[in-house]
Amino acid sequence: MKNKPIKSLNKIITYILLTIFAIISLLPLYWVFSTSLQLSSYQSQDMERPVSYVNANPPKMYPMGIPLYFEHWGEAREAAKAGDIELETYHRDMMSYIIEDTFSSFVNLFTKQDVGKWFFNSIYIAVIVTFGILLFDSMAGYVLAKKRFPGRNLIFWVIIATMMIPGQVTLVPLFFMVGKLELMNTHWALILPDLAMVFGVFLMRQFMYSIPDELLEAAKMDGASEWKTYWTVVLPLAKPGLAALGIFTFMSVWNSFLWPIIVLNNEALYTLPVGLKTLQDANLASFKLLMSGAAITAIPMIIVFILFQRHFVKGLTIGGVKE
Amino acid sequence: MTQVKLDPVEQATVKENRLQDTKELKKSHKKPNRVWQDMKKNYSAYLFLLPKLILFVLFVAFPVVWAIVLSFQEYRFNGSIFIGLDNYIAVFKSEAFRIALKNTLLFTVVTVPFSVISALVISVMIFGLGKISQSFFRSAFYLPSVTSMVIIAMVWRWMYNYDFGLFNYFLSWFGVEPINWLGQSATALWALIIMSCLIPFGTGIIMYLASMGSISQSLYEAARIDGANSIKQFFHITVPLLKPTTLYLVLLSTIGSFQVFTQIIMMTGGGPGSSTETLVHLIYKTGFRDFEYGLASAQAVVLFVIILIFSIIQFRVLRHDE
Repeated sequence: MKNKPIKSLNKIITYILLTIFAIISLLPLYWVFSTSLQLSSYQSQDMERPVSYVNANPPKMYPMGIPLYFEHWGEAREAAKAGDIELETYHRDMMSYIIEDTFSSFVNLFTKQDVGKWFFNSIYIAVIVTFGILLFDSMAGYVLAKKRFPGRNLIFWVIIATMMIPGQVTLVPLFFMVGKLELMNTHWALILPDLAMVFGVFLMRQFMYSIPDELLEAAKMDGASEWKTYWTVVLPLAKPGLAALGIFTFMSVWNSFLWPIIVLNNEALYTLPVGLKTLQDANLASFKLLMSGAAITAIPMIIVFILFQRHFVKGLTIGGVKE
Repeated sequence: MTQVKLDPVEQATVKENRLQDTKELKKSHKKPNRVWQDMKKNYSAYLFLLPKLILFVLFVAFPVVWAIVLSFQEYRFNGSIFIGLDNYIAVFKSEAFRIALKNTLLFTVVTVPFSVISALVISVMIFGLGKISQSFFRSAFYLPSVTSMVIIAMVWRWMYNYDFGLFNYFLSWFGVEPINWLGQSATALWALIIMSCLIPFGTGIIMYLASMGSISQSLYEAARIDGANSIKQFFHITVPLLKPTTLYLVLLSTIGSFQVFTQIIMMTGGGPGSSTETLVHLIYKTGFRDFEYGLASAQAVVLFVIILIFSIIQFRVLRHDE
């Protein structure tokens, strides 16, 4: 009985602390979106020079478009009462100004820069790699988990061992290879090395261990070929693992950066992260523009995360510590 | 084929003389045979492995070997030449490498413990909540991990901005003069370290939560009966039982922080001076700006060895007093 108030106090403190931590953790993302939608500048008749909302001191903590509308609403109403202007005109002019200015950097990015192309490149490369990885890694993971054949352990351990090697080691040789194969400045230079990532083989093997052997035996009894067994029995059972692997592959390809900046020099071929770097190099101080580019790059992953949250949790916990 | 034909003959001879040493003979001669048959029987398994294996050999295994070869060579446009250990000697003698190593170590030594411990604390706090708040906070802390480091680096560069950045504004609340975070060598590396500490370790939080879920509640029950308060329970039950997860997370974040690169190239370019130069940024510069491919490969191999040594030490230390 005596413990109750202490317990609820504890709970309240926990909530407060967690909320503070969560705000700190989400503040940067909030700031990306807030800055990207900030009005660039505004000048009213009584101002000598336009004020910048993006570069403001103190900073404007939220996009000023709508507040600006209401700030001048009072004056507009007075003026309308006096018969100087019509409220409808005020509304129309103000709204079109606010909307145009709020989204100006997005329009700029899609019309004057290659962002549309970069977006498309990022999407299609990530999709191709994801499906390739799902197919090849599930095939490899399946036989490594369920078949006994000479060399099985050797192959598995070689794969695990290379997971330890940091990617930077192969940077120069891969660069040479891509040059020799004449793939420099093509998307194959990104796709092929990405398809060779081994993490998925490990994940799939761990996951497919749990598929009961009896089901595979039964399929064999029914006269199913190896391929048919894999396609109609194994794959459907591996769905949760495939979902997790697919999401992580998509995410890592979408966000990959070091290798793409080495092999892509042609602006039309850039992926979004590479494009963002050149955008920043060319516009070091236009933070509204830069944050809009960042927002465009972040939104797809945020959507993927919100839609497939539980698979993220699953993916991180399969094959991780338990085993 | 010849091996297959030999088989019955050999079997016969084995049956004929039952000497002691025939057992060894049988072993050594039958083995490759059985292996071959096993391989033939399971040919489909190899077909399943084939696509991945080809990609792996071409784009992982072969480049790793080549990198090691390159690290003993000096790159020349018309054919590289072997120079023995010269690249490695150059790596260890170079001031730039020493600075990069020092910066990377400092970065790792501060950020790894901070990330892992804060992930543990946040997870314990979240774990005590109801289902809905649990999944809400878990998502809030994981969300930054799905966005590209490029984006995070860009926005932090903006938040660290001297004139209009959020940080100097927050500091002004406490009457602190604005700081030129990324623009001076005294603060630049620390600015990057603070940034890494404040980005939540989403993977860590999710894995800790999952592992906590598998700790039996009866242990806590028993501890409560013995009169252990929640702090004692945390140190005597939660922490020891989460040790495998902690080990995994420490390894994971150490490997990640030794490879810190994106923040550097997006926020400071290694400067001012070389105050934020890190190993991977140095490798990138050596290889793809100065075109010293051999030296860059040697640096990368050294990085790998350093990571390996650190991993082994951590494995030993965190495993030992289990």
